[in-house]
Amino acid sequence: MVASKPGRRCVIVLGAVAVLLLFSGSWLGWRSLAAASSPADVVINDYKFGPATLTVPRGTKVTWTNKDDDVHTVASDGDPKLFKSPALDTDDSFAFTFNEAGTFKYFCSIHPRMQGTVVVE
Amino acid sequence: MSDGFDPAAGPSRRKLLKCMMWGSAGVLWAVSGGVPRPFQLDGEALAAGPAPGDFTFMQISDTHIGFKGPVNPDPGGTLKEALAKVAAVRPAMLLHTGDVSHLAKPEEFELAAAIMKGANLETHYVPGEHDTIGDKGKSFFERFGNEKSTSGWYSFDQGGAHFIGLVNVVDLRPGGLGYLGPEQIKWLEDDVKGKSASTPIVVFAHMPLWTVSANWGWGTDDAAPAIDLLKRFGSVTVLNGHIHQVIQKVEGNVSLRTAYSTAFPQAAPDTPGASPGPLKVAAEQLKSMLGVRRVDVVHDKPVMLTDATLAS
Repeated sequence: MVASKPGRRCVIVLGAVAVLLLFSGSWLGWRSLAAASSPADVVINDYKFGPATLTVPRGTKVTWTNKDDDVHTVASDGDPKLFKSPALDTDDSFAFTFNEAGTFKYFCSIHPRMQGTVVVE
Repeated sequence: MSDGFDPAAGPSRRKLLKCMMWGSAGVLWAVSGGVPRPFQLDGEALAAGPAPGDFTFMQISDTHIGFKGPVNPDPGGTLKEALAKVAAVRPAMLLHTGDVSHLAKPEEFELAAAIMKGANLETHYVPGEHDTIGDKGKSFFERFGNEKSTSGWYSFDQGGAHFIGLVNVVDLRPGGLGYLGPEQIKWLEDDVKGKSASTPIVVFAHMPLWTVSANWGWGTDDAAPAIDLLKRFGSVTVLNGHIHQVIQKVEGNVSLRTAYSTAFPQAAPDTPGASPGPLKVAAEQLKSMLGVRRVDVVHDKPVMLTDATLAS
């Protein structure tokens, strides 16, 4: 009985710490980390990026896959470019990890009417 | 409707089929002064020898070497057929209005150069947007560029005409169409300055120098100021590619016409349900939708353009 007391106290303390963590900022941090590990996808089809606007948490790896019959690219607006894919033929993919928050506009540099946006929160 | 119009089939499909029918019958629609009119494809005129004193050259476009789509798995083969048609005419030279390659890969440029060499013809190139992916055309210009040009655009005189090769596929802007840029337009202004208004002008560039379809990106944002610089000339012929079909616009003395591809066809602009990509057609129909162009510069007469398909 006496010997088991410290062990039981330990469990209670650990439990309290866990509860504290759960409702603290580190839990929020853990949550966004968990979301970042689930990557996001953009599909290129019929000369369009889908979805045209994608909202993701910081640290998300976004993958674009070309499902069109034509070749496309994914290039951020402005110069110098934050990201720029090589030529993506049918079924080719390109990925970029967004580590900074912000609104990132991009387009297909060979069909510039094709435009998309990634919002990083 | 007496011709058995089926509303369930939808007007778009019907219209598309009608267009294809005309194409294979050797008639195309052109827009002249805003009014569409048909013009004849003439295989015999294509092969007829040039008259003495006349100057004949030809145009091919959108060879897309490296394309592997189901509509034409062998664009090298159809390019060779196109060059055989060119060889039969024995033109003074050849213009290639871009998209030589499909993905701007070194092996595609090498194969295209090897096939083109087989034609044994002086050839002048401008790039398409497929040729400039990734490096703004550096590897294209190294192989196919004009030796004297550092910018990519250039001009030369031949057969009594002044030829101007423009680049409207580099530094394209988000949301925009083709783009020449102020530097190139300034160069054009200087290039034609002092030239006699009676000099026939032939401009060649990949993307159409008028807006065929804004939705499909078939045009050039700053074409108008470039065309304005040429309006004082008595004869201006603008030869474009990019849209893989023959469409014409005439504006006073300026006649603009897009060309067939030698690789694959594309749908008529803004066809409902279609996209500006490769158009899937039956194998037996393909060659009636690919082709070459003969151009005759005849003294004191309008420049004559003759389009012929690989099936004609």
